[in-house]
Amino acid sequence: MTPRFDKLGVVIAAIVAYAALAAPFATFRANRIVPGQARSILEALPSPLGILLLAIVIAGGMVALLRTPFVLRLATGIVGLVALAILIGVAGGFLTPDGNTFARIAPASGFWLLIFAFALLLADVLTRLSLSPLARIGILAVAALAIGALLASGLWDSLSILKEYSNRADSFWAEASKHVTLALGSLAAAVVVGVPLGILCHRVERLRDGVLNVLNIIQTIPSIALFGLLIAPLGWVALHVPGAAAIGIRGIGTAPAFVALFLYSLLPVVANTVVGLAGVPRAANDAARGMGMTDRQRLLDVEFPLAFPVILTGIRIVLVQNIGLATIAALIGGGGFGVFVFQGIGQTAMDLVLLGAVPTVALAFAAAIILDAIIEMTSTKRRTDSE
Amino acid sequence: MKAWLPALLRLAILALLVVFITSPNWFEPLLKPLTENGAPAIYNQGSLLTLTLQHLRTVLVATVAATIVAVALAILVTRPAGAEFLPLSRSLVNIGQTFPPVAVLALAVPAVGFGEKPTLIALFLYGLLPIFENALTALTTLPGNVMEAARGAGMTGLQRLVKVELPLSAPVILGGIRLSVVIGLATATIGSTVAAKTLGEVIIAGLISNNLAFVLQGGLIVAALAVLIYDGLSAIERYAARRMGQEAE
Repeated sequence: MTPRFDKLGVVIAAIVAYAALAAPFATFRANRIVPGQARSILEALPSPLGILLLAIVIAGGMVALLRTPFVLRLATGIVGLVALAILIGVAGGFLTPDGNTFARIAPASGFWLLIFAFALLLADVLTRLSLSPLARIGILAVAALAIGALLASGLWDSLSILKEYSNRADSFWAEASKHVTLALGSLAAAVVVGVPLGILCHRVERLRDGVLNVLNIIQTIPSIALFGLLIAPLGWVALHVPGAAAIGIRGIGTAPAFVALFLYSLLPVVANTVVGLAGVPRAANDAARGMGMTDRQRLLDVEFPLAFPVILTGIRIVLVQNIGLATIAALIGGGGFGVFVFQGIGQTAMDLVLLGAVPTVALAFAAAIILDAIIEMTSTKRRTDSE
Repeated sequence: MKAWLPALLRLAILALLVVFITSPNWFEPLLKPLTENGAPAIYNQGSLLTLTLQHLRTVLVATVAATIVAVALAILVTRPAGAEFLPLSRSLVNIGQTFPPVAVLALAVPAVGFGEKPTLIALFLYGLLPIFENALTALTTLPGNVMEAARGAGMTGLQRLVKVELPLSAPVILGGIRLSVVIGLATATIGSTVAAKTLGEVIIAGLISNNLAFVLQGGLIVAALAVLIYDGLSAIERYAARRMGQEAE
């Protein structure tokens, strides 16, 4: 291998070459459940645009392949992604026969591979830049705004996933809010219960192993089983505890899903609180004691701030995990994006599956980036404060 | 707690599990109160033993594949030739972990169809991450003096890898494998939503027909398997750590 080639670039160029020349760019289906026909880039786009896109991706592949300056690679990644995002929408409009509302145009493997290749290029550049946490959140916000603008412009409206959306616009937002409520609500409950429990476990050593073992065992129960097992006790509570049914506790639906997510969330929160408190330097504690701080002051002013980044890491794990697990709530009538995923699997309508899966992945991804940035900010702040 | 008590407890769980999946009908009186309208108390649309074995086989195949690929990748990016990929592979692993298992499973269906294949893909992808992460941590935090000594003893790169780096990293890599097996055991149950033959079938049959006995037996078998396998792998890990003269955690 000659040193003039970028090693990652070889991989990216290979993916681009295969995706642009051999793989289908879009799929055309006469209706939403029949098998599709593949369309290449040149077939899917009006001819000047098709040739333009081919030129862009091939030039992008070359930029990635050779050792090129940083700024050029950054620009190539952005231009490639933007061009793909706009032109897949154009392809949707171009391939849909006039006045035909049954035909479905979906992005095909070639499109996804090209997106992957350019995202890889961009991720590589961004990783090497080692951006500050605020800059990372900024980039996320810009990307979200760009996607939002594309959605609002109606350019993607002819794509199959948005056709599924337009049939279900109301229920989509209802399920979205249920999904977020489930994930965030159970997280909040887990923090309110888990952090004090963690502090207790840190102080009372005899409790620690027992509590952590029980929480560990809960984690091993498969999620669909735990969701199912909670139906009976909650149904009983709804029947026999006055007022329980009035606040929404029921055997099926959101309540068992909420409790299950809460139980899964406890372990990372409690365990990280214990680890964080155990990692507080002895010197800091001794100094606080020497200054005459009470136990309570020591906890609030010394131990807790020092352990905070580790506790936040636990919260990040829980949030990402909950956003994913909340999809399973749909199996027991708890709502959330899982409704579309499982409906789609049932009807073998993959666009519907995507309608549920894509927002879930996007939510989890955004949550991870934001919380990672916050964790980094709190831990660097702590370091500069202590200097 | 006496030292032999946990071991005895595990043996008891194992014995109970084996008896339950081989002759589930003995337990019918126990589960009967959980059913309504005379529904069957023991899963009757397939043998629990076959489902358990298929469940374990799916997890085993996916984990073995994930281990081979993840460890190979980790070795690659920690060699001088692959060092360029190290920061990128770190961020890719981070991003990969945000993909929910259900989404991976559902997205694999259009590519490979229903059945065992999408489950294997989801388990494989999901299993990769913990193993890769642990292997990477282990290989990048080896004690510098040991590596120096190996180099000073005239070992080639390959010898250092096989005789020094991999054995020293084994306990941490095993920790990653353990994590991915436990995740895999639970994720495989979701595979039944795309028609894979796993214990999830029992749970889902229970959810659909509102039969709590099915949900309970499916869930408990998977949980018992997970606890036993988790403990077993932890023991192997401690053994490996002791052989390397490291303190077990």
